[in-house]
Amino acid sequence: MKYVVSLLLGLLVGAALFVMGLLYNPFVADHGLSPLAVTNAELITLNFANVPAESIAYTNDGESLQEPYPEKVLQLWEGPIRSTSAMATVMRDARNQVAGIGVKFSSDSESTRLLKGAAIVDSVWYVYLPAHGSLFVQQTENYFPFIRDVAFPAWRSAANSWRGNWLGNLTAGPGALGTAAVTGGSGRVKGLRMEGVESMSVRAFSADTGLVSSDGRLIIEMPENPDGIED
Amino acid sequence: MLKTFFLGIALGVAAAAGALYAIPVVDQIREASIVKVAPNGGNSETFHINIPMDRIMLGDAAQAAAIPPGLKWPADEVLANVRTELFKIRNARDAVVGVAVRAAATSQDNNVIDWVLHLPARGSLFVNMDVAPLNGGFRIGEIASGSREFGPLSGFMTERWIENDSNEEDAPAGRIELLATYVGKLEPLETAEAVE
Repeated sequence: MKYVVSLLLGLLVGAALFVMGLLYNPFVADHGLSPLAVTNAELITLNFANVPAESIAYTNDGESLQEPYPEKVLQLWEGPIRSTSAMATVMRDARNQVAGIGVKFSSDSESTRLLKGAAIVDSVWYVYLPAHGSLFVQQTENYFPFIRDVAFPAWRSAANSWRGNWLGNLTAGPGALGTAAVTGGSGRVKGLRMEGVESMSVRAFSADTGLVSSDGRLIIEMPENPDGIED
Repeated sequence: MLKTFFLGIALGVAAAAGALYAIPVVDQIREASIVKVAPNGGNSETFHINIPMDRIMLGDAAQAAAIPPGLKWPADEVLANVRTELFKIRNARDAVVGVAVRAAATSQDNNVIDWVLHLPARGSLFVNMDVAPLNGGFRIGEIASGSREFGPLSGFMTERWIENDSNEEDAPAGRIELLATYVGKLEPLETAEAVE
């Protein structure tokens, strides 16, 4: 009997060690520096509220960590869209003035490989900026650094919450440098192919209710030589 | 007993790694695509939106009643002429397969109607519509970009409002019908195929 207990204890310790090794794997690199940080090109910087209650509308399957907002918004409970969330939010420019509207659809990705430090979300943005036109941003995001640095410590803490300052790039592709693919649809950006990066800053997170204080930023790099203009 | 404990640790690590490798963390539910061959090349696929039951959000400064109730559309002047709607989209079998946004904006020199269709298991489509409707109440637009499955495709999409004339009690007021026509890029044949 004591051997069985010993084996079971060993199994539990082994599984726990594996999880710790996975979370603190030194070979999983952070995307700390934005690939657009060193560009000379014109940048469109858009800031937005990342907390659902501060957005215009946010919805998901109704059973996830973040609660839909407003309360009576239609929920995405049907099978094919159950792991999808939709958010409509005001986009503000670098001077914090309203620049336009942004809608983000995010879906858990089947390319998620936790063994490789990849908690992948496939997402697209539709952004309409009256001063620039409309933009379509498609990207894969990696939330593994956020889970490791914010969500896991919050879950582990006695208060089920985390406070601090976390800033990270979420965009992990499809661009070779970890950038999102951006297409201009109308206005001065019509026909342009651009790159972008989404980042998130978190100041408070609850393991029970999700993001408490957080902002997002979408940076879009305009082409230096706009040869991509079709018309 | 200590040996058994260490053996347990090794087995625990191996079992956790094996489980994480073998069991998919994310497994999207798929509806079979209903794609038809278009008469003049390419493939076509129909989606529709039942109004009002599939409307998630309607944001419009001119709209008196907000959808959903409690929605606070920003009063800023920049968004005065912007109308944004979020929908669930259905395939030809009336099953919900994705979500979509339709944005319409008017200004002095640039009127815009855009669609983004997001099908979680497949990818997304970005369509820039011609603002002027065609005969028969259609609007047509070019597929400007796409992701994943739709990445290498071009083509166009039409939108049309079809009013419901049935007298059924729970019937929708009507539906927005979207017909997407996909055209793949021309690619050179492999050398071996070319020789054949």
